[in-house]
Amino acid sequence: MQRRPEKPMKTLKSCKVLGPVATIFDSANTGSWRIERPVVKFEDCIKCGTCARYCPANIIDIFKDERECVVIDYYYCKGCGICANECPVGCIEMVDERSARKNDLQNA
Amino acid sequence: MYKINAESKGLVSHGVSACAGCALELIFRNVLDVLGEDTIIVIPPGCSALFSGYGKETAVKIPGAQMTLEATAACCTGIKRGLLAQGNTHTTVLGFAGDGGTVDIGLQSLSGMMERMEKVIYVCYDNEAYMNTGIQGSSSTPLGASTTTTPAGKPTKRKDLVGIAAAHDIPYAATASVAYLTDLRKKVKKAKETDGPSLLHIHAPCPTGWRYDPAKTIEIARAAVETGCWILCEFENGKWVINKPLKELKPVGAYLKAQGRFNNLKEHDIAQLQIQVRDHYARFIEKAKLN
Amino acid sequence: MTYKMLDGNGAAVEAMKLARVKVVSAYPITPQSSIAEKLSELVAKGELDAEYIRVESEHTAMSAAAAAQLTGVRAATATSSVGLALMSEVVGLAAGCRVPIVMPVVNRALVAPWSLWCDHSDAMSVRDSGWLQFYCQNVQDVLDLMIMAYKIAEHEKVLLPAMVCLDGFFLSHSMQKVEVYDQKLVDQFIGEYIPKNTYLNTEDPMFICDLTPPEDFTELKYQQKVAMDNAVDVIAEVQDEFYRIFGRKSSIIEEYMTEDADAVLVALGSMSGTAKHVANEMRKRGLRVGVLKIVVYRPFPFKQIREALKAKKVVGVFDRSAGLGAQGGPVWTEVCAALRGLDIDIRGYVGGLGGRDVPETTIEKIFNELLDIYKGKRILHTNWIDVKDNAMEIREVLKVV
Repeated sequence: MQRRPEKPMKTLKSCKVLGPVATIFDSANTGSWRIERPVVKFEDCIKCGTCARYCPANIIDIFKDERECVVIDYYYCKGCGICANECPVGCIEMVDERSARKNDLQNA
Repeated sequence: MYKINAESKGLVSHGVSACAGCALELIFRNVLDVLGEDTIIVIPPGCSALFSGYGKETAVKIPGAQMTLEATAACCTGIKRGLLAQGNTHTTVLGFAGDGGTVDIGLQSLSGMMERMEKVIYVCYDNEAYMNTGIQGSSSTPLGASTTTTPAGKPTKRKDLVGIAAAHDIPYAATASVAYLTDLRKKVKKAKETDGPSLLHIHAPCPTGWRYDPAKTIEIARAAVETGCWILCEFENGKWVINKPLKELKPVGAYLKAQGRFNNLKEHDIAQLQIQVRDHYARFIEKAKLN
Repeated sequence: MTYKMLDGNGAAVEAMKLARVKVVSAYPITPQSSIAEKLSELVAKGELDAEYIRVESEHTAMSAAAAAQLTGVRAATATSSVGLALMSEVVGLAAGCRVPIVMPVVNRALVAPWSLWCDHSDAMSVRDSGWLQFYCQNVQDVLDLMIMAYKIAEHEKVLLPAMVCLDGFFLSHSMQKVEVYDQKLVDQFIGEYIPKNTYLNTEDPMFICDLTPPEDFTELKYQQKVAMDNAVDVIAEVQDEFYRIFGRKSSIIEEYMTEDADAVLVALGSMSGTAKHVANEMRKRGLRVGVLKIVVYRPFPFKQIREALKAKKVVGVFDRSAGLGAQGGPVWTEVCAALRGLDIDIRGYVGGLGGRDVPETTIEKIFNELLDIYKGKRILHTNWIDVKDNAMEIREVLKVV
């Protein structure tokens, strides 16, 4: 799924509206649900994009020329594990979220 | 105009409170991605209403309305005609409902919409039960599946939604699966280009309701197609096409055993289901030959 | 001035045409059917520039109309009886989403028993759904109140849908001479439809009617309540303006010879015409009786009614719906609430159900009873005014024992 070009700016005016209506586009921090997190072994990755295509949250990006060629947005990742399950070369591992966080802290 | 509080790729928010491993979420993103921002969506109450939003906040960047459970197709009709009355022929009108809102309570308004040949895209994501209300059986729940209202397994077969659409002789109806996204996106594009009503019936495995590991959503969806439990097909201008016809169906046993909702099936039940699935697939092949 | 012979349904169609509705979605039901037919004919002939949706139910009729109006056009539908009952879910949705649709409701009894004929149980069943309700006495009222209803419903201080109720057959199929207004004047009066609140437009997106949390629900309901309160003044303003442009007077309630009356009967709909006629006749015999006609039932004009009746000793209220399980019919209940704390004997009468005529004799019987009460006579009050003596024995069957 591609980024869309921004539309030219429109003139906007703040107005009160009556009745039930949602006017703010927002996201929940669904990453806080995660029990297991997907961790990619970059050296094994063939950059096929299967994980990104099947990610229900659309939060995996592939950067073919980078060493860290798969970037997962952990703010949203629910840890469903579809990416790991679908990866044709098995280079994504689901690891326990709490120990992963501990590691993050130690490495920081 | 929406105030954007969180950036996103595409038209749908990344943090939506659909269950982990939800197929509907993936379907929703792909459908909207193909249709683009010149689309108005109608969503009934149900799992897809998670995208409508809560309070001031929504998870979509396109305009939409959450109307009643049974009137998705009716509301799409109204919107389309309202736009036409103003000379707007370009905006796509999309109804996005689950199986309960489509084949049960929404069937009448859907039938009316199709019979009148309204230019509306109707997507039914089929998770084979009323998932948002707590996994109650619908008329799309397959034979033998256990739900909270069919605890001993559903005693009857499911309705054939695309068959119902074909009986209305609408220009385009198709099934799709979340495991075959290229095929799914191609069908959404065809629906968009159809001059008249189009119906997409998309298989949407549900880890919560079907009781399997969320990681297996795509695997299960693929298995449904490979076993013939979900047939990928198109009904286009009066002709049936089976996409990816299978020379041999995989046995249903592994597909069924991977899901907790079929736990109550004994070996002879599975054998009977196997016969039923083979039979159904064979009849479908025959039907496609009659074109 | 242009006059036409129109029945009530014809007048409703005339008003929709004058309002330049752009989408029509209607489902036929006796006695509303000729509205659906006439609108489709006008669209087919090109006399009405609108999309006609031949819907498969009233539920779809209202769903499609509400959704169409959200795209920014006036949408039209009409219904009756069980049709209104079927669409009642969406009736509430349209009101809650503040979609100012104007809909004629051709009053017919709700089932069971099956009836094709008039009473008010249909409209009364949705009286608290957030719609304005107007009741017509005659065919001219249908046209006038419909035209006014567009302006009132769409007013930015109101933004509520409106039902214009006309008695089935008594008005819907009764040909009367009606003054029909010039299109230019109507255009000037109600103006082009501009969606002032929420709308569906891909150039300016918003998501309408998502799930509302408990912390906001009360406030969104309160907005509807405030709109109802505002409607009282807006209705009066619009009625004044209508009088200035079209020369016809209208009011929220109509007081007919009530000023010096010893007994006043509150009525609504076509029977208020009969009641006025009976009052005239009884006045000739020196009996001081009067009629209070309720034109606007929602918002209920409790202030106006209280002001009009505060000095009375005896008031009767005629309900054309049964109010089963309640102490009386819905109109009586609300008149009682409007007059609470005052020393007034308020008697409720239920009658005219399922097409039973409310003839002069029935009205006269009520007036006589009210006058007797006024004179201090202790009488046995007849709540169901026109019920037969053998009510419990009118059906008999031979059962296998």
